[in-house]
Amino acid sequence: MEQHRPPDPAIELKGISKAFGSVQANKGIDLRVMPGTIHGIIGENGAGKSTLMSILYGFYKADAGEVFIHGQRTRIPDSQAAIRAGIGMVFQHFKLVQNFTVLENVILGAEDGRRLRPELFRARGALKRLAEDYELIVDPDAKIEDLGVGMQQRVEILKALYRQADILILDEPTGVLTPAEADHLFRILDNLRAEGKTILLITHKLREIMAITDTVSVMRRGEMTATVNTAETSPEHLAELMVGRKVLLRVDKPLATPGKTVLEVEDLRVTDSAGVARLKGISLNVRAGEILGIAGVAGNGQSHLLEVLGGIRPATGTVRVNGAPIDLSGRCSDGQSRRARGVAHVPEDRQREGLIMEFAAWENMAFGYHHAPAYQKNALLMDNAAIRADTVTKMGHFDIRPPNPNLAARNFSGGNQQKLVLAREIEQHPDLLVVGQPTRGVDIGAIEFIHQRIVALRDAGKAVLLVSVELEEILSLSDRVAVMFDGRIMGERQAAQTDEKELGLLMAGMHGGAD
Amino acid sequence: MDFVSLIAVLDSTIRLATPLLLACLAGLFSERAGIFDIGLEGKMLSAAFFSAATATITGSVGLGLLAGVAASMGLAGLHGLASITFRGNQLISGVAINFLAAGLTVVIAQDWFQQGGRTPSLLGAARFGPLTLPFAQTLRDVPVLGPVYHDLISGHTVLVYVAFAMVPLTWWVLFRTRFGLRLRAVGEAPEAVDTAGVSVTGTRYAAVAICGLLCGIAGAYLATALQAGFVKDMTAGRGYIALAALIFAKWRPWYALWATLLFGLLQAVALRYQSIDLGGVTVPVQLMDALPYILTVVILAGFVGRAVPPRAGGTPYVKEK
Amino acid sequence: MDVIPRWADVILIPLFSLVLAALLSAGVILAIGEDPVAAVKMMVNGALGSTYGWGYTLYYATNFVFTGLAVAVAFHARLFNIGGEGQATLGGLGVALVCLDLPWPHWILALPAAMAAAGLFGAVWAAIPAWLQARRGSHIVITTIMFNFIGAALLNYLLVNVMRPDGAMDPATRKFPPGTHLPTLHDILGLVGVPFSKAAPANISFLIALGACVLVWALIWRTRLGFQIRALGHSEPAAVYAGIRPVRIVMLTMLISGALAGCMAINNVMGEAERLVLNSVEGAGFIGIAVALMGRNHPFGVLLAAILFGFLYQGGAELALWTNIPRELIVVIQALVILFTGALDNMVRIPLERIFLTLRKRGA
Repeated sequence: MEQHRPPDPAIELKGISKAFGSVQANKGIDLRVMPGTIHGIIGENGAGKSTLMSILYGFYKADAGEVFIHGQRTRIPDSQAAIRAGIGMVFQHFKLVQNFTVLENVILGAEDGRRLRPELFRARGALKRLAEDYELIVDPDAKIEDLGVGMQQRVEILKALYRQADILILDEPTGVLTPAEADHLFRILDNLRAEGKTILLITHKLREIMAITDTVSVMRRGEMTATVNTAETSPEHLAELMVGRKVLLRVDKPLATPGKTVLEVEDLRVTDSAGVARLKGISLNVRAGEILGIAGVAGNGQSHLLEVLGGIRPATGTVRVNGAPIDLSGRCSDGQSRRARGVAHVPEDRQREGLIMEFAAWENMAFGYHHAPAYQKNALLMDNAAIRADTVTKMGHFDIRPPNPNLAARNFSGGNQQKLVLAREIEQHPDLLVVGQPTRGVDIGAIEFIHQRIVALRDAGKAVLLVSVELEEILSLSDRVAVMFDGRIMGERQAAQTDEKELGLLMAGMHGGAD
Repeated sequence: MDFVSLIAVLDSTIRLATPLLLACLAGLFSERAGIFDIGLEGKMLSAAFFSAATATITGSVGLGLLAGVAASMGLAGLHGLASITFRGNQLISGVAINFLAAGLTVVIAQDWFQQGGRTPSLLGAARFGPLTLPFAQTLRDVPVLGPVYHDLISGHTVLVYVAFAMVPLTWWVLFRTRFGLRLRAVGEAPEAVDTAGVSVTGTRYAAVAICGLLCGIAGAYLATALQAGFVKDMTAGRGYIALAALIFAKWRPWYALWATLLFGLLQAVALRYQSIDLGGVTVPVQLMDALPYILTVVILAGFVGRAVPPRAGGTPYVKEK
Repeated sequence: MDVIPRWADVILIPLFSLVLAALLSAGVILAIGEDPVAAVKMMVNGALGSTYGWGYTLYYATNFVFTGLAVAVAFHARLFNIGGEGQATLGGLGVALVCLDLPWPHWILALPAAMAAAGLFGAVWAAIPAWLQARRGSHIVITTIMFNFIGAALLNYLLVNVMRPDGAMDPATRKFPPGTHLPTLHDILGLVGVPFSKAAPANISFLIALGACVLVWALIWRTRLGFQIRALGHSEPAAVYAGIRPVRIVMLTMLISGALAGCMAINNVMGEAERLVLNSVEGAGFIGIAVALMGRNHPFGVLLAAILFGFLYQGGAELALWTNIPRELIVVIQALVILFTGALDNMVRIPLERIFLTLRKRGA
């Protein structure tokens, strides 16, 4: 064989920077991805991965830096240019027209002529070939709204391939997939790589990186901290690179001294509005003075469990708080009735549910407790002054900054917003705290503070049910861990007697030995 | 009811349904692209005035039509500016446009013609005349078919035929062309269109422009074909009836035809009879007036087949992260 | 941080919008060959230059306060109640029934009863669209528009076929009996020795409108219901999380909104016409939209905007009387105000944000 010049990288980024206001989302990013490889980009939420990909796909304009595609300096001012450069993107939230067929979605924006019919005909043939080549089998005449998420994702990939993409970016592609669907996706990616396509896989799941990528880059706080060959690294090493310090930090907490049972759940079932069974007979209990952690891949029913306990969603089955059953059926079941029974709920999404972003901090402090006697002046009017004073006190307790009760919630940082919600719920001294993703998108300092507060509540003899997709968090906070998969509890372990590996198996739906 | 009055009522139905149909299809283009438009009324009204005024001044109904369409498209552009470019509230913009037209037409009419907010009556070439279709005279005396062809199908102005031809044309554009695919997509999932490299803004402006064009024809028809000149508030809620018809039709072209014919029939009957005696029960004319709205509310309530508007309707498109 | 300080958001943006609307209106006046300065002078003179003018200005303002508050209350729950016209029409029906069918010895008894009826009828007319929105998801804008037309047809039917006195030609009820006649501002101010035009229609309803502003303010910012209305308006998922029931709040909000619009009838039907006529509302329901937008949905803003529009209406009538400028010019101004404060809000806001950003940078 004669000596070849090494091929140009499929993608080369030089010094890409992007700021949103005062937040530097990307700082001087350099990246080289060789053709025919799968390159992983890994990092925590908010590390700047999605911003970088949006720049590559023409959604944002970089403040500085250059993009080279197959060695050619390329300007990507919009998605059209990205498509022309052979870049296809599969977004985390699919960009599909729900009441269009697969075929119509595939040709949208890539039509050659003004009339549709010949185009649809051509696309049908192309889809058939792609299906055969890459195991991308989808019924071209099915409407998107009738397809499951795994299928919809295939449509997104088909869209990119139909546009002749040879660089494919996938943003958190497995977040919504079942393990079987994820495996199928990886087979497809394998086939695409074999055909010489270049794939950028963005994820925060180490296991996926290890399973499928050739090379991997780690992002942290807007910077590319390392690029390594996957074969030469380990999950532990990557995790360390991701968070920038030794992980596996366990919260120091005294041994639990569980008291009487506060929450009893028996055979809880939920069917959502689309008729899909989301909870398929959940039974669990939480005692006073202990933290029960619910682990699981997002979308296995944890959110529904939280919503049922918080009074947002009706269900069937039995839930008892302090021995007395609560109404689950709807009519008299809402967040107010739960609060009246001593159940406080920190929702998974503070901006969507936990706070009214336009309300001042003091209004948010009364949010959900607006009927509380302490907040009323008389039968008709609320006592706004009392609420303000109470807010100032609680902001102090939780070190919320700036300590200004009149500031609108949207003007606080993510960590302080979360503290606002926690302060409100914890300081009501509930018997049971139901908390979802307490540290999502929260900076490190606030994470430790929040963890301490949750443990303190436990030590005050209260029951805590914690839902988190961060296994780390579950393991460090919980006394007991229950793993949810596909609407069921796969198993329960003492936190001290289990590890990530065992829980990981349960989360994937496999029974890890005897319960 | 005898045959002759039946034909007369149906003939009047066609005349009255025409502006409703045009406005309804106008709204269909706009709302299918995700831009709610309760300003159909105002666009029609402005077109009615400017077509009549131009026809009066120039004596040419063709120029009148052009002026009417231009005025309507101007307001459509304003609606686009507010709801697409400045991402304002589409409903409020529509309300504003209705008032703007209601006020400006009278103010300008008073200034130009000094006849209390109306234009002089249009005569001759300043008005659309009826077209006689081939063989209409010959076939006139054939029983049943003759009157149907001569009195019902033939003898309308060109705009009536344009309106009815717009139904298959709209269907074809929406469901058989690239533009239609993009237009419908932009009303359902603009982010899908955007990521596919097609301009959401451009597609929506195009839809709004077509809406303006059709409203313009509808308004010109009112002032220069159905009637002979502009009078204050001459649209008389037709824009809202068209809106009702659009919901009634569930945003589909062929259904729009049937809905507007139904509403046109109600108007024709109300116009001809003060009250209707249905086997002892007297139906007051006011009920006939209100029926389009009542029917639409019933449809909206979802008791008779649910009307689901385009998913992205009413919301300005903001590129997300 | 918010780019624009609150005071600028509350004062500057509506003011800019108003100035833009005024400039464009001046352009229209110029274009039809009249002098805008003279027109403004004439409007000020006609509307504010005499107690007669003030009497009309405040009479119109009273109507607009009620309909403006109706729109504003609904806006706080992010409901666009465009049906004030129909609700006020039905309110008029309620007033007429109460005034005509019961023997009232004195207005002091008749007024609360008439208000209750007006509010009830207005609320009922808002309840159906509200229910359809809350339970069936039908867009309230469309249903309230439909109910405006249905209400107009209903009233037309009742006036022509049922309530018209025998032998009368015009579709209207007979005159209300003297026991229902409300004291005018002339009567009220006469008590404290202030002379006020006897001919102007402003009446005690104006004071009730002022009271309604205070009540609505307290409702929105001081009561639990108001808290829940605002919370729901900002975020439905959050409201549900907090145990606020959207259906209940939507219904209550619209009932209050409809009742407020309905209560307008004590002014125009009971206070002024003293009988129920066709189209007694005369577009006041729609002006409520402009008033609420301009007043930033705050009751005191609504009051100021209502007085401004009262001035425009009375001034506009004067213009129509003495110049070649028709009354419809006011409709144009109204449209421009709605356009700039409601739909083109961002057009005013974005440049203003830029100015504040530059100012802040320079200050920093």
